[in-house]
Amino acid sequence: MRRGHTPATRSSAAAWRTALTTVAGCLALAVLHGPPVPVLGLGAGAAGQQAQQPDEIVVEITADGGRQPRYAVPDFVALSPDAATDGSTLGQVLWDDLEFEREFDMIPRDTYASIPVARSAAQVPFSAWRELGADALVFGTVQRAGDVLRVDLWLFDVRSGRSVFTQGYDGPATNPRRLAHTIADAIHDQQRGLRGVARTKLAFISDRNREALVGTVEKREVKEVYIADYDGANQHRITVTRTLNLNPSWAPDGLALAYTSYSASSADIVISRIYEGLLQRVTRGAGNNYLPAYSPDGTRIAFMSTRDGNGEIYVINVDGTGLRRLTTHPADDVSPTWSPSGAQIAFASDRTGRPQIYIMNADGTGVERLTLNESEADRPTWSPAPYNEMAFTARTGSWYDIKKIDMATRQVTQITFSQGSNESPAFSPTGRHLAFTSTRTGSKQIFLIGRDGRGLKQVTRQGNNQTPSWSSH
Amino acid sequence: MRILTVVRVVAVVLILAVIAGCARRQTAPREAPPPPELPPSVSRAGGPELPPSSTPPAPPARPAERVIDTRPVAPVGEDGIELRTLDDLNRDSPFSPAFFALDSAELDAPARAVVSANADMMKRNGTWAVTIEGHCDERGTAEYNLALGERRALAVKTYLVSLGIPPDRVRTISYGKEFPFDPGHDEAAWAQNRRAHFVITAK
Repeated sequence: MRRGHTPATRSSAAAWRTALTTVAGCLALAVLHGPPVPVLGLGAGAAGQQAQQPDEIVVEITADGGRQPRYAVPDFVALSPDAATDGSTLGQVLWDDLEFEREFDMIPRDTYASIPVARSAAQVPFSAWRELGADALVFGTVQRAGDVLRVDLWLFDVRSGRSVFTQGYDGPATNPRRLAHTIADAIHDQQRGLRGVARTKLAFISDRNREALVGTVEKREVKEVYIADYDGANQHRITVTRTLNLNPSWAPDGLALAYTSYSASSADIVISRIYEGLLQRVTRGAGNNYLPAYSPDGTRIAFMSTRDGNGEIYVINVDGTGLRRLTTHPADDVSPTWSPSGAQIAFASDRTGRPQIYIMNADGTGVERLTLNESEADRPTWSPAPYNEMAFTARTGSWYDIKKIDMATRQVTQITFSQGSNESPAFSPTGRHLAFTSTRTGSKQIFLIGRDGRGLKQVTRQGNNQTPSWSSH
Repeated sequence: MRILTVVRVVAVVLILAVIAGCARRQTAPREAPPPPELPPSVSRAGGPELPPSSTPPAPPARPAERVIDTRPVAPVGEDGIELRTLDDLNRDSPFSPAFFALDSAELDAPARAVVSANADMMKRNGTWAVTIEGHCDERGTAEYNLALGERRALAVKTYLVSLGIPPDRVRTISYGKEFPFDPGHDEAAWAQNRRAHFVITAK
């Protein structure tokens, strides 16, 4: 139960709860219905579309010479006039999702104008798509039934005209993007055995509302916790407390966020159960507490506290019990993060002069320095298997860039290269991408980038936005 | 503002001197002067007393004289600072910030002088409680600067306590580089932002 709200903020908090509960309900509602009735008759030279049987061998669409297969994703065909914009939304969002992962060579959508538009899966002009160079075609139909969006999907091998994957989807009409994300994840799973990120979310801090901080005369503006879809759509404000909030950290189930919330007297770790509108205090009345990091099993929070006179790493249960101090060095130990298994914790410490990255067991034993050749390193983030890398903020000249170190070979690779200052990296749950803060546009914004340093994507544009966390779901 | 304060101080001193002079003629010399008496035409209840009578009284006439209340409103402290709201106090703060070198939480001589003066102010106003905010310039990482800011605030608190300020009157907090006082990107701005900033939180 939130405390200390005026009636105005309580009603706006109630509105957010309603909105977020609706979103959560929509997530639960995305129902898969059975495969569509197979349609006989076809494009040239193929044996016809086939409904996907549960135990059928997966046919992977490939291309000659080891190059990536070329994918075309036109607008989904609206079977009713009220689904016309849904058709183009689905096509564009799905195209963007597939393009983001860079598993397929995406054919630009502005080259599809010459292809006759098929009204059904039986009418797909495969020879025209072959002429365009497509190896794979995503064909979909969409219609509205009340407040439900109903999509039928085929993934065609253009050469053979065969459907290698087909599925029907129902989802809330209020969120067609979510349906497209679901399809993108299904295609990556079916064709590549890859877990996709299209349905994951980012949390970050934003000052875009420019509201004055409560209870101070200095000209300060609140910084609030926001969430967004991984591609920057559907940005929602989470906190309404008109105070300073910092460093959100997703719970592994994607239903809660831990962050630092400042009150008049102290900085404390709180957990917001964002789809229920519940706020619980984790630390209370014991010094200042910053930089929370959820454990992979969701039961504990690692954080930095200055209660004993300098920055030290502590672990606490999410209900506020079981406080354990892990570091005891008089230098500042900051920025804890967990290994994917939860057996180890990485952190930054200036115990040798400038901040460097260290790792230790989750009980505080076995402290080992990780960065040996950096002038300064902070904010480690530990990627999941199969990559086993640690990304961090590294000083490069006057400012910062993102670097990563291979945990096995200890080889360091630079990810960003001095366009603005680049800080606070967070790995995606798949380890194939990083989110980070960059000043390259003149203000602080959230960017995504591949683990190979390619595929840069700007996610926020309004106000100043910083310190992202990437959800697992 | 300072001239006005001096005028106020002088005016009060003169008034008190006159009153003290009057008091000394009538009472023992060490007694504090009595408060100034109100003119006799106005009773403390605010209206004229009614004579005991069975006939309905005539409605009171509008008073011919106006009462001008010259009683001072706000007590003035020895150094002329009126008691104001916390927001007013912090807006025109009697405390100065202590500044720091890059990456450092050490108090140099000028910083110690500032903190010492702030300690004197806290002793003169023995009910004041303060929060010391630690701030950093933009050149460290966002995360490390939270720790550095707190170290700056703690260094100032430690020095205050060594000068005799009770520790429960002083809180510390760090804002890292989140709230720069100068949004510029040069050394002049950065020097302004590496500070321990005093905020009065109770008085």
